[in-house]
Amino acid sequence: MISLLEKLTQAFGVSGNEEQVRDLICNEIKDYVDSYHVDALGNLIAVKKGSGRKIMLAAHMDEIGVMATHIDDKGFIRFTNIGGISPHIFVGQKVRFANGTCGAIFYEEKDADMKNLKFSKMYIDIGASSRAEAEKKVKTGDTACFLSNLTVQGEFAYSKAMDDRCGCAVLVELIRNLSQTSNELYFVFTVQEEVGLRGARTAAFQIVPDIAIAVDITRTGDTPEAELMEVQCGKGPAVKIKDSNIIAHPEVKRLLADCAGKNNIPFQYEVLERGGTDAGAIHITAGGIPSGALSIPCRYIHSPVECISLRDLENAVKILREAVKQA
Amino acid sequence: MNNEFAFLKDLVSLYGVSGNEGEVREYVKKQAQPLADEITVDALGNLIAFKKGRRPGKKIMLAAHMDEVGFIITGHSDNGTLKFATVGGIDDRILPGKKVLVGKKALPGVIGFKPVHLVEKEEANKVVKIKNLYIDIGADSKNDAEKLVQRGEYACFTGEYAEMGNCIKARALDNRAGCALLLEILKNRYDFDLYCCFTVQEEVGLRGAQAASWRIAPDLAIIVETTTCGDVAGVEKHEYSTELGKGPALTVMDRTTISDRGLVEFIRNVAERENILFQFKKGAAGGNDAGAVQRSRSGVKVASVSVPCRYIHSPVNMMHREDFMNCKKLLEAVLSRIDREPEVFGKFINGGMGL
Repeated sequence: MISLLEKLTQAFGVSGNEEQVRDLICNEIKDYVDSYHVDALGNLIAVKKGSGRKIMLAAHMDEIGVMATHIDDKGFIRFTNIGGISPHIFVGQKVRFANGTCGAIFYEEKDADMKNLKFSKMYIDIGASSRAEAEKKVKTGDTACFLSNLTVQGEFAYSKAMDDRCGCAVLVELIRNLSQTSNELYFVFTVQEEVGLRGARTAAFQIVPDIAIAVDITRTGDTPEAELMEVQCGKGPAVKIKDSNIIAHPEVKRLLADCAGKNNIPFQYEVLERGGTDAGAIHITAGGIPSGALSIPCRYIHSPVECISLRDLENAVKILREAVKQA
Repeated sequence: MNNEFAFLKDLVSLYGVSGNEGEVREYVKKQAQPLADEITVDALGNLIAFKKGRRPGKKIMLAAHMDEVGFIITGHSDNGTLKFATVGGIDDRILPGKKVLVGKKALPGVIGFKPVHLVEKEEANKVVKIKNLYIDIGADSKNDAEKLVQRGEYACFTGEYAEMGNCIKARALDNRAGCALLLEILKNRYDFDLYCCFTVQEEVGLRGAQAASWRIAPDLAIIVETTTCGDVAGVEKHEYSTELGKGPALTVMDRTTISDRGLVEFIRNVAERENILFQFKKGAAGGNDAGAVQRSRSGVKVASVSVPCRYIHSPVNMMHREDFMNCKKLLEAVLSRIDREPEVFGKFINGGMGL
């Protein structure tokens, strides 16, 4: 699973530009599903046919990043954020554009107000000496993601884009290791979650599942002076109770907790006070869909060093294997 | 005056604050009648002008909103002035001293404020809050005012259409410019089915477009808009959103949408091939009907083409004549290329829409 996670986290897929991740996932799953298609917004929907209930599992392919908005005469690139990120996280980071061009992010030093640092006072340096030279590599509107390898140390792994390639990895692994079920399974790899749960909404409308489970990361409260949060990294996948966008449906909550409990798989409950995931968009689509989420606890979300426990990841696959059968 | 601006000149003379687009809709209906095959007005007030394709099957939606930002009357003061709230995003700083038209009778009014002589020192550097402003229609008393205007009636900016150099100044260019362009496009017929959609209540949350796109269920949508121009004093060059005279603006991303990458690339390709001046909108501020249309039903591929507009959401919107003309040229070129070379278009579109 580590090599799959490495491929997925290292792929480029800033919101609106998920092609590379989609192609990668397509290759990994195409031999294991009955059919798959890409919809108008770019969601990848893979189906395992069945005569039972329609179960939708969703993980988002997109990651946060930046978008070039202006290239100045000296070849420096101004940018804006895609998804919710603090400007401070970007200072001193390397980023990579879809075509492989790399750049370093820094800020205007003169009159720098570090406390109120704004993206408009920052730039990307791609080593170009003029606008013309820069434009050969980067155009206005191009997006870039963090440049950050996957590092595995003991049970923990650090990388960019754990949010939500973790979830993608769980679904891919699940697709390849499914137990027998009569349920009809829809594995949806969604687009544009980070900018407002956009892909999940239109995907759910097409499928109209009987129940839906989002698989995403969630924050933890187990780091020094962290904001209050019960979830801890390495203590098992988290069954969502609520976040900013959804109160999980009791049936889905119970299903996930029972599947973990009965099989002695560790799990925790998640109450996320700020933030949300695809389930928030899915559950209010097409007349209403009972929905919930299984979350991978993750430290340092929306940074180049998002940190998860590999054991949590494996346990998430185990819980979902049971859940799609029991649902 | 140039005939190209005939629709526009008429349209900016009409009043249509969000939720009260009737006048604009009547005008559009009258102009669209001889051009369209079918005209529908839906429950929310959107007007959908349908032009049947020569080889119907695929549906393309163009959308421009009819509504403009403005005011709603919330009460009467003892001295006969009117309390009001804004409809849509208006900067409080621009309000004092503006001329408005009030209510169904379009009574002239002004947004009143404390004269400079009476302003305390500490007040002088502060923005006057909207709660301290009022609309003065010259009524003698509360009773008098109540007879003239009722709570819940609208007020809007007023101002003359003027041609200034290569620019046009008018009220409500946002988005009568888009409406005028849609009427122009409606003169053409294509292979695909064309839905020119004149939406309501964009300025208060993309509301009309949501219902309209649900009804139409298009395969593809292009939003025709005006967009913020940042080429003014006090804005650094890298923060300009668009520049006047540099052509229609393509949106890659704003607050409400990330445009379909393939569709944006296709439009860019058409513009470059046909030598039509265009620019990319910088930054990611603002939003438009694309947000609502994109996420309708199973999802719709969307892009926005906008006429850059200075001093947007004020009574003195300003746009460049060439930007308007180039926007029309670009839209027509894009649509006829989809028509003539569907296979080229298909190549640009993720997942091959195969129009």
